[in-house]
Amino acid sequence: MRAAAEPEQGRTGGQPVGRHVLLIEDEPNIAEAIRFILSRDGWRVTTHGGGSDALMAVRSAVPDVLILDVMLPGLSGFEILAALRADTRLASLPVMMLTAKGQGRDREAAERAGADRFVAKPFSNADLLASVRELAAGRPG
Amino acid sequence: MAAAGWLTGARIRARRERIGLRQAEVARRAGISASYLNLIEHDRRRVGPDLLPRLAAALEIEAEALAGAQGRTDDLRAAAAAAGGAAAELARAEDFAGRFPGWADLVLAQAARIARLERLVEALNDRIGQDPHLSAALHEVLNAMTSVRAAAGILAETDDLDPDWRRRFHQNLHTDSERLAAGAEALVAYLDQAEGSEANAMAASPQEEVEDWLALRGWHLPDLEPGGGGPAALSAQIAGLASDAARSLARDWVAVLAADAAAMPEPALGQALADAGGDPLRIAARLGVAPLAAMRRTALRAGATEGLVLCDAAGAFLLRKPVAGFPLPRGGGGCALWPLYAALGQPGTAVEGIGELPGQVPRRFRLRAIAEIRHPGGFGGPVLRQAAMLIRADDLPAGVTPLRIGGACRICPRALCPARREPPILRDEGL
Repeated sequence: MRAAAEPEQGRTGGQPVGRHVLLIEDEPNIAEAIRFILSRDGWRVTTHGGGSDALMAVRSAVPDVLILDVMLPGLSGFEILAALRADTRLASLPVMMLTAKGQGRDREAAERAGADRFVAKPFSNADLLASVRELAAGRPG
Repeated sequence: MAAAGWLTGARIRARRERIGLRQAEVARRAGISASYLNLIEHDRRRVGPDLLPRLAAALEIEAEALAGAQGRTDDLRAAAAAAGGAAAELARAEDFAGRFPGWADLVLAQAARIARLERLVEALNDRIGQDPHLSAALHEVLNAMTSVRAAAGILAETDDLDPDWRRRFHQNLHTDSERLAAGAEALVAYLDQAEGSEANAMAASPQEEVEDWLALRGWHLPDLEPGGGGPAALSAQIAGLASDAARSLARDWVAVLAADAAAMPEPALGQALADAGGDPLRIAARLGVAPLAAMRRTALRAGATEGLVLCDAAGAFLLRKPVAGFPLPRGGGGCALWPLYAALGQPGTAVEGIGELPGQVPRRFRLRAIAEIRHPGGFGGPVLRQAAMLIRADDLPAGVTPLRIGGACRICPRALCPARREPPILRDEGL
């Protein structure tokens, strides 16, 4: 099913359209750039600003891939991830975390919390796209 | 018995020879026999606390000069302990201090500098790890950078970018570049400030900075006496202190000491002290002030020779005015046997004792302590306790069994002391 996305759709790399990415990111400009990059690659992107209802948003959206920023106001990315992994329905959701560059601590914590991929901010657009593709490809079915 | 080295006996002999007196004369002056003095000079007999001042007078020097090696010795042991201690010939510390006081002072100065640098590093690390402003500034820069990089990438690498999108991302690029500039400025300003204050000061702790400042002034601030310039006259000096924390602490202390001076002015104070035989509680009663205020005033008046230690309910030192021969540790608490802590446990009750410190020449001090309770927040607020201990080297009553105390466990040689909380770095058999 073709996504009703705003930017032009390019069919790159043979990715099936309609794969749904949920992005939890509170910085609007970052969110906009990520949404643009992924939509052009055929992904359907919804965003959420984080906070105490983020978990509920993930449950109701049931995305194929979740991109989660570590640096969120209020409830931290780690707390959200920990809660996700504790929920049996969401335990196998592929999660990519956006960590602060150079914070080795963040990567270790992300690994422990159950993230599947990390991308350090500031990221290159190509890296972000490649990571999302890998993450989705790794998922069975 | 005594180890070979530059001990009190040798010092006595050296001094006697320097001033050109014979043993018989010095012994006569000190009220002992010449043969006994000879044994002392060869370190075959210890000099007791009663004899020491008489000998010092006979030799026309201060008693502390005779026993003075002890202070350096304790500090040297502490420095060795702080550095891991294994390599130093600890048993020869007194020898070293006596023979090479200059080198010993160098060791001590370096140990003090190392301690300050370690505190500075810890403070900076704390700051970087936990300072919310720094953290926020870094996050701001990082997020702005992320958006800039992403937008620039889109603009540069997207074929056939729709003009509306182009406009949008150009705008984002512009906005976030501004954020980046502002964030970088904030970081630079923050780091400038950090460099200016702490680094140049080689942060002593703020409390130590204030104590050093007071010590330089002889532990008395004449501006706060009636007729002086008041706290305002000290503001320039306070501004010269290196850290914000020290300045704030100094201002608090100046306010307290000014109030003490106003409540207990000279000459009434001098008269009260004379009448009370130096007993601060009697002064408090006579002048109608709180006991702790009287303790402070006694130690911080003009010409005071008393030492003073103040601590809060957690036992943390609030002020340390040292007196020669009585080491006051920097951190980590004092000797648990001090009357200071007994007083803390029974606020409002006066606790007194004669403390005897170990050493080649055991040193005795008259210790008087009392603790106060305050309720600044009323019935619903916290209960604050503060204890003070005055230290006098003189006016020791006879016939009182002394408390065998120390300065700090690590350097105290009393290996068998039941109150010991950590092993000493040097054992002294028989203590």
